[in-house]
Amino acid sequence: MYDILVIGAGVTGAMISRRLSRYNLKVLLLEKENDVGNVVSNANSAIIHSGYDPLPNSLKAKMNVRGNAMFDQIADELDVHFNRCGSLTVATSDEQLKVLEDLVKRSEANKVPVKLLSEKEVKEMEPNISSEAKGALFAPTAGIIDPFNLVVHAVENACDNGVILKLDEAVVDIKDLKDHFVVKTTKGEYESKIVINAAGLYSDKIAEMIEPIDWKITPRKGEYFVLDHYQVGLVNHTIFPLPSAKGKGVLVSMTSSNNYIVGPSSEPIEDPDDASTDSYTLGEIRRQATELVPSIPFNQVIRVFSGVRPTCTRHDFVIEYAKSNKNFINVGGIESPGLVSSPAIAEYVVDELVSKLINLEEKKDYNPRVKKYNRLNEVSEEVRNKLIKENPDYGKIICSCEKVSLGEIEDLLSRSVPPRTVKAVKKRCRAGFGKCQGGFCSPMVTLLLAKHYGVSPTEIKWDKDHSEILVSEVKK
Amino acid sequence: MLTRDLVIIGGGSAGMAAAIEAKKNGIDDILILEKDSVLGGILNQCIHNGFGLTEFKEELTGPEYLSRFAKQVEELGIEYKLDSLVLNVTKDRIVTYSNAVDGVVTLQAKAIVFATGCYERGPGAIQLAGDRVAGIITAGTAQKYLNIHGFLAGKRIVILGSGDIGLIMARRMTLEGAKVLCVSEIMPYSNGLNRNIAQCLNDYNIPLYLSRSVLRVEGKGRVEKVVLAAVDEKMKFIPGTEMEFECDTLLLSVGLIPYVGLLSDIGTEMSSTRGAKVNDQLETTVPGVFACGNCLHVHDVVDFVTDEGRDAGRGAANYIKGLLKQTKKIKVNPGDGVGYVIPQYIETDLNNDITFKFRVRKPIQNVFVNFKSGDVLVHKVVKPVLIPSEMVMIKINKDKLANLPVDEITVSLEERK
Repeated sequence: MYDILVIGAGVTGAMISRRLSRYNLKVLLLEKENDVGNVVSNANSAIIHSGYDPLPNSLKAKMNVRGNAMFDQIADELDVHFNRCGSLTVATSDEQLKVLEDLVKRSEANKVPVKLLSEKEVKEMEPNISSEAKGALFAPTAGIIDPFNLVVHAVENACDNGVILKLDEAVVDIKDLKDHFVVKTTKGEYESKIVINAAGLYSDKIAEMIEPIDWKITPRKGEYFVLDHYQVGLVNHTIFPLPSAKGKGVLVSMTSSNNYIVGPSSEPIEDPDDASTDSYTLGEIRRQATELVPSIPFNQVIRVFSGVRPTCTRHDFVIEYAKSNKNFINVGGIESPGLVSSPAIAEYVVDELVSKLINLEEKKDYNPRVKKYNRLNEVSEEVRNKLIKENPDYGKIICSCEKVSLGEIEDLLSRSVPPRTVKAVKKRCRAGFGKCQGGFCSPMVTLLLAKHYGVSPTEIKWDKDHSEILVSEVKK
Repeated sequence: MLTRDLVIIGGGSAGMAAAIEAKKNGIDDILILEKDSVLGGILNQCIHNGFGLTEFKEELTGPEYLSRFAKQVEELGIEYKLDSLVLNVTKDRIVTYSNAVDGVVTLQAKAIVFATGCYERGPGAIQLAGDRVAGIITAGTAQKYLNIHGFLAGKRIVILGSGDIGLIMARRMTLEGAKVLCVSEIMPYSNGLNRNIAQCLNDYNIPLYLSRSVLRVEGKGRVEKVVLAAVDEKMKFIPGTEMEFECDTLLLSVGLIPYVGLLSDIGTEMSSTRGAKVNDQLETTVPGVFACGNCLHVHDVVDFVTDEGRDAGRGAANYIKGLLKQTKKIKVNPGDGVGYVIPQYIETDLNNDITFKFRVRKPIQNVFVNFKSGDVLVHKVVKPVLIPSEMVMIKINKDKLANLPVDEITVSLEERK
């Protein structure tokens, strides 16, 4: 019998599990994918929003603002790249300037520090901004983060503190036996006193397993461009257009890895698993983005991708007890600003909701810090040489674009949430993230994974089920 | 700090040729840094033949071709380090590399030759539409899996792009039992060599569809279907022209790009080839830093890569010996119908003649290639056929370049009436 079973190892489930791992509780984290953070958390803008945008008093506003304040510590403890670069919401007409003033009022209501910038100030801060820019709302607390390792490291840290993670297990049924739940998965059955539903795009389906609900996930797809990190200063902040009913609009931002990201679109879709891109939408993003930053070098695009947001019919996060049984907690509709809100959601869920259900007794040996990573590109030549002497594999570079060593990839395999797929390696250490997009290094990564797991390279997947990279061996 | 006269980055065909030529020109202190565990670069996986027709007047496989140069490197006692990746280069020619034996080493070079080759454009670079699934693979990566590691990356294959690697892989994968359904080319003409279209497609009844591209890829997990559609002159898809192919693989052969991240970082002037701009000695705009081979511009034939490597090795030797004195600076511009011209600058009078290398923008017949300086026609050559997939090389004696009216030359095409 588990004390708490968390469904979904996206950023929300990861942060909740980590928060729970500080207490003497038996916690199980279930994930249907073969890696953590592999759906909504894997494909988004990776912005730590300041929080001026959500409607005052909404859960989104509260969680965003609180979450933003927590991120320096989170990024430090979890050893994740984070840069409070600030955001600019740019007005390009006199009418839009008036809207900026409304946004200032909203910022004040949400207690988010902002500053209205003149045309001159905007152009000084962002030399490549459109000549049409008339002013902007500057939010200095906004930032950019590595969304992949945020989730991986949060789950690693949770596991290192005792949480049990099971991947590749989708929940198919839940029985409410009043004093506990029986959660049936594609692989087995688990009993738990408390269930926390953080199932992202499927959070409504999971919630409906125990009772009818009055909210629904209506997935919205967002497509993006990623540019190589070939130059510094295309933009120095996250650049937004004015927000509209459809969302925050097409942004242009650097990323925590010094690439640039352009997007997203916002399209309602039927199939939550539809992560396709299409030329028309990408063309439209390009048109909108160049209205803000005309000189975006689209010949430096190294990848296009799309992500799906778990937009909720309630137009706000759902974070509440189920009506029929308080021991079932729904955490649904965590779309933007979900990434920034995640630590605050975890705090609220555990400290406010779970605490009323079960005794939270702190572990004596809880360690909030993720185990140390050796990142060779971030240490001095002297330290680097010391590390290579200890482990010569740190000297052999596998990914020549991002300069990732064999030793760093091998290290990943011995951690508590090791990568099983080529994409999982890429997400964690950036091998395959550069200009050649794995053209050179993916064969080496595939062979390394096969050797480590003792299987044929033909069994190694790029990503999800049925995504094997190779079809057959031709010689021995 | 450790010092070297000449550091050559990349031990493929360009790098080996540069090293051999520099050695023959009196430079002894040479170090080749190769990221792979063998010399030869991409030729190691090119097990088909057709290499060496110009160099050796015979048809060799890639490994045979490279081994002739690797042997010379050994015989001349040129030092090389394998599994050694250059992490950083400065404009003052300080090179930092890493390997498992030496660790991270920083050294001062008198001259550097970049011979880092090129990389393949992938699905992101062409903004491929549809599901992002396994089974979308570049031709060179599939070639490496097959020829180096012995694994087939697909059984039912659609190939996008008629570049040479895609054509070679159409034949190679067919011979391994895969079914290549078609090759689709967005341009109205192929970008591969004619001999490859004949020997790799026609001989195996693989259809080539011109002016067609991939509208979208469909699949869950792995590619299940590729939808092609015709494009108009503006490369826009024409509705109603869709062709669907049930397949497990989309092989991409959609272009190569010089692999020169380190070079652009040190502030060299870059060309539209996405390699560096160079002068007649193949020196970039950063003094003492040279570039050659596919990292300068993507070649059609390896023999020309070798030749260019030699030019860069000679240029670097001249630089180290203090012979590179700028005598003038003539700018070379691509004109009508010409994509780019190498060299971009003529700065010395060390060579008896200058070979101009360029590619045409589209296939054209019966043209004059005009070399003009201001209003003066410096040189004129008749060409019956020029196609974008073949590099054009025209040699001009330096005397003709001696008294130009302006410090510029423009290379352009003019149709013969």
